[in-house]
Amino acid sequence: MIVDPHAAVDRSISARGLRKAFGPNLVLDGIDLDVRRGEAVALLGANGAGKTTLLRIAATLVRPTRGEIRVGGADCAREPEAARRQLGFLGHGSWLYEDLTALENLKFWATLGGRPASAAALRAALAVVELDRWADERVRPFSAGMKRRLSIARLLIAHPSVLLLDEPFTGLDQRGAKWLEEHLQAFKGAGGAVLMSTHSFGRGFGVADRAAILAGGRIAADVAVAPLGAEGVRRLYEVTVEEGA
Amino acid sequence: MTYAHRAFIVLWKDVLTERRSKAALNALLFFSLLLLFIFQFTLGGDRERLTAALPGLLWLGFVLSGLVGLGRTFLLERENDCWDGLLLTPGDKSAIYLGKVAGNLLLMLIVEVILLTLFALFFNVDVGRALPALGLVLPLGTIGFAAVGTLFAAMTAHVRAREVLFPVLLLPVVVPVLLGSVRATDAALAGEPLSAVAQWLQLLVAADVIYVVAGLLTFDALLEG
Amino acid sequence: MSRILGWLAALGLAAGLVMAFGVAPREATQGNVQRIMYLHVPTVLVAYLAFVVVLVASIAYLWRRDPAADRLAHASAEVGVLFTGLTIAAGAIWGKPTWGTWWTWDARLTSVAILFVMYLGYLLLRGMIEDRERGARYAAVVGIVAALDVPLVHFSVYWWRTLHQPPSLLKPGPASMPDGILAALLVNVVSFALLYAYFVAKRVTILRREGEVLA
Repeated sequence: MIVDPHAAVDRSISARGLRKAFGPNLVLDGIDLDVRRGEAVALLGANGAGKTTLLRIAATLVRPTRGEIRVGGADCAREPEAARRQLGFLGHGSWLYEDLTALENLKFWATLGGRPASAAALRAALAVVELDRWADERVRPFSAGMKRRLSIARLLIAHPSVLLLDEPFTGLDQRGAKWLEEHLQAFKGAGGAVLMSTHSFGRGFGVADRAAILAGGRIAADVAVAPLGAEGVRRLYEVTVEEGA
Repeated sequence: MTYAHRAFIVLWKDVLTERRSKAALNALLFFSLLLLFIFQFTLGGDRERLTAALPGLLWLGFVLSGLVGLGRTFLLERENDCWDGLLLTPGDKSAIYLGKVAGNLLLMLIVEVILLTLFALFFNVDVGRALPALGLVLPLGTIGFAAVGTLFAAMTAHVRAREVLFPVLLLPVVVPVLLGSVRATDAALAGEPLSAVAQWLQLLVAADVIYVVAGLLTFDALLEG
Repeated sequence: MSRILGWLAALGLAAGLVMAFGVAPREATQGNVQRIMYLHVPTVLVAYLAFVVVLVASIAYLWRRDPAADRLAHASAEVGVLFTGLTIAAGAIWGKPTWGTWWTWDARLTSVAILFVMYLGYLLLRGMIEDRERGARYAAVVGIVAALDVPLVHFSVYWWRTLHQPPSLLKPGPASMPDGILAALLVNVVSFALLYAYFVAKRVTILRREGEVLA
C-alpha cells in the first residue's frame, strides 16, 4: 500500500526505488517512501530489517547502491551538502565527547556546524532539555537518559527542518519521553518532517501520523495511524513481519 | 572567518580533552623515556657512536612516538559515533583536517622538546647552541609528518589491522621528510649554519606544502562512510 | 582490444630480445651481464608510467566517482608494483656479478625500493577494505599522495647519497650513447609499455566482471 505520490504537495523526504547492498548482502530492495512537511512517519521492522540503514542513507551517511532519495528536495547521493544543511540525525551513538562538559559539547557542535552560539544561548538550549543544572559537568558520568537528551539538544540547536531519528525514545524515562513527544509535536506543527524508527508501540508512538513497516527489504505496509490506533498497527506489524519473514 | 573558527574549535576540543584526560601525553612521555633506555642498551656505552648517531636517534624517537600519537588522532571520534557528526556538519570539511593537524603538531612538538631534553641530559650532549636552528628544523619536519599522518590516520581509523597498516602506509611516504630533518638536525647539532643545508630545508618546506595541500583537498573523501 | 595489445607486446618483446642480444654491442667492462639493462631500465620507466596513470585515475575517481577510473587505478597499481619488483630483481641480478653485492644503497635502487613499498601499501589497503566504494576512495587518496611524493623521494634520496658518497656506477646512459644501445633500449621500453598496457587491459576487464557479479 503506497501512499499516492501525487497527493503530497510538499515532500520533505522522498525515496524511490532505493536499494542498498553491503557486498553480497541486499538489505534494502526497492524502497518507496514519502514523508510530508508537518508529518511524522514511524518506521517499523524487525531487528536487522534495514531501518537504521534507511535512516543513515537518508542522512547522507551511506550511499545507496541504486535508486534515489531526496531530503528537503536535495538528492542525498548527488547533493549531500544541501541535504545536510536541512537535516538533523540522531543515531545510536551520542556524538558526545565524554571529557567535555555538556556546555562544551554543545559549543563544539554548534561552532563546527557553522552556527557559533553564545554561552547564554547554549545554556538556554540546555534548559529546554532540562540539563541546565549540569551544564558545566563532564558528560562521562551522565545517565543514558541524560546523554540522550543532550544529543537531542545538539540536534536541535542547528534548527533542522527534517529529523531522522533512530529509536529516539530508547533510554528515555517517562518524563524524558513525554518531553520528546511534546517537542516533536511542536516540531511538526512548525512544518518540520520526522522519520523515526521505533520498536515500541507505546512510548512516543502517539507522535506518528503514519506507520511504514519494513520487511523483506521493502515497505510492506504503509498506513495512517489514526484509523487503526497503536494497537491496530501493532497487530498489522505482527502479521506483516510473520508473513514476510 | 567561519572556516578558521571551525578549524580552531576542533583544535580547542582536542586540547581540552587531552588536558583533562592526559591520556596521550602521559603515554608518549613514558614511551620516550623507554626509548632512551632502549637506545642506550642496544647501542652500548660508546659515547662517540651515540653522539654521532644522535640526529638519527632523535628522529627515530620522534617517528616512533609520532606513530603512536598520530595513530590515535581519530580515536575519540570512533567512540560515540562522533565520526558521523563530523561528516554531517555542513561546510568545508578540510577545516576539521586543519584543526586535527594543528593538534597533532602541538602534541608532537611537546614530545619532541621533552625527548630532546632527555637526550641532552642522559647522553650528556650540549644542545644549547643548536636550539635556535632546531627551533626551525623540528617544526618543519614535524609539520610534514603530522600532515600525512593525520590524513592516513583518518583512513586507517576504519580499517581492520589498523595498527599494522598505519605505519606501513605512512613510513615510506615520509622518507623525504625524515632524510631532510635528520640532515638538518645533524648540521644544527654540529654547529654548522643552516645555510649549509639550505637544499634540505627547501625540500622540507616543499614537502610540507605538498602534504598539507593534498590533505586539505582529499580529506573530504575520507570522511564519508 | 587487449588481444591486439597482447600480440603487439609479444612481438615487441621478441624484437627487444633480438635487439638486446643480437644488435646492441657488448659492453666493454661488464660484459654480457650489462645486457640486463635492457630489462632493468624499461621496467623502471614503465613502472613510473604506471604510477602516473594511478595518479591521474585516482584524481579522476575522486572527482567523478566513476568506477572505471577506480578499476584503472587498481590495475595500474598492481602492474606497476609487478614492474617495480622486476626492476629491483633485475638490479640485484645486475649488481651481484658487477659489484659483488646483491644490494647497494645506491640512490636509484633505494628510491625504487621506497616506491615499491609505498604501492605495496596501496594494494594492502585495498585488500583490507571490504566495502568496494570506500576502498576505492581511500586508495585514490593514497595513490595521489604517493605519486606526489615520488619526486620528493627522488631528490631526498639522491642528495642523501651524493652528498656523502661519490655517485654510483649505475649511471643511466649519458647523451653520448652508442646508437646500438639506444635503439635496443627504445625498442624494449616500447615493448614493455605495451606489455603493461596488455596486463592493465586484462586486469581492468577482470575487475569489471567482478564488480558486475557482486552488484
